[in-house]
Amino acid sequence: MNQIIRDIEAPFIKDDLPELNVGDSVKVFVKIIEGGKERTQGYEGVIIKRRGSGIGKTITVRRVFQGIGIERVFPLNSPRIEKIKVLRRGVVRRAKLYYLRQRTGKATRIKEKTGGRREVEVKPTKIVAEKPEEQS
Amino acid sequence: MKTLGVFGKKIGMTQIYSKEGLSIPVTVVQLGENIVTRKLTKDKDGYEAIQVGAFAIKERKLTKPALGSFKKNEIAPVAPLREFHVADSATYNVGQPLPIAEILKEEMLVDVRGKSIGKGFQGTVKRYHAARGPMTHGSKFHRSMGSIGAGTTPGRVFRGTHMPGQMGNQNVCTRRTKIVRVDTDKNLLLIKGPVPGAEGSLVLISPTRLKWNG
Repeated sequence: MNQIIRDIEAPFIKDDLPELNVGDSVKVFVKIIEGGKERTQGYEGVIIKRRGSGIGKTITVRRVFQGIGIERVFPLNSPRIEKIKVLRRGVVRRAKLYYLRQRTGKATRIKEKTGGRREVEVKPTKIVAEKPEEQS
Repeated sequence: MKTLGVFGKKIGMTQIYSKEGLSIPVTVVQLGENIVTRKLTKDKDGYEAIQVGAFAIKERKLTKPALGSFKKNEIAPVAPLREFHVADSATYNVGQPLPIAEILKEEMLVDVRGKSIGKGFQGTVKRYHAARGPMTHGSKFHRSMGSIGAGTTPGRVFRGTHMPGQMGNQNVCTRRTKIVRVDTDKNLLLIKGPVPGAEGSLVLISPTRLKWNG
């Protein structure tokens, strides 16, 4: 990639993101503006897809809420993403977990990865100015 | 009338995030030297204009006659040259760069002109998004053109009928695109969305002629 473009992207790219893999259960803390006030909302689910590189990197997080499957795409370098917490490492054999869409209940379980490196607690990103409120 | 614009080189596309956290697709343009090489006046030439050179080039790239005017005005050789009509050419000085910060401002709408990527001689399927026939099941009609009109009446092919031919490599203008950032230190310009041409190609950026546009 061109050096000029890399220099433009550099201030936006976060260096404190945890290692995120497909199959991991994560909690994404998203900043939302509601009636002029800013607050943080957590979104919990399984990463079913990783896509892109550099500034345009995204993850798709799937969760089943009230019987309805919801998939949200998060641009990882967006300033709206306050932090991402990895709750559980999963063992999967696919790069994209689209098969979860066809399954419900017990069939959607993903085996937990055991052993290996321990997780490091994720610091809030550098863009965050004030301490985040408790998520709703 | 050719409105005043600045030359640049398309670097490529990326995305940045706004203050609100929204992602904005941007094209990065490296602005050229944009040096005024000649002034044209109403008395002498019949119209007020300035000639602007886009990028600094090596002396050996020019012929001796072309080099002559640069030598006479004692300015470094620049190319390509282009005239822009201005209200009063006396406000510009030969050898000085254009005031980019005054011409281009953030949030301003601009027209970006460039030469589109050449795609060669293409059929109607690629060139005009014509539907193609079945490729299998015994069909002999694959990607060729269909009918180009009726028979005896009108007895001719209508002008402008979509036919194969050269695609791309022509002058294209993207109108009313927004400037996201002007970086005068690095001579960079970020324009929202795409602009014509391949990476590294010449583009001309001029403010859109609108009443409320700067």
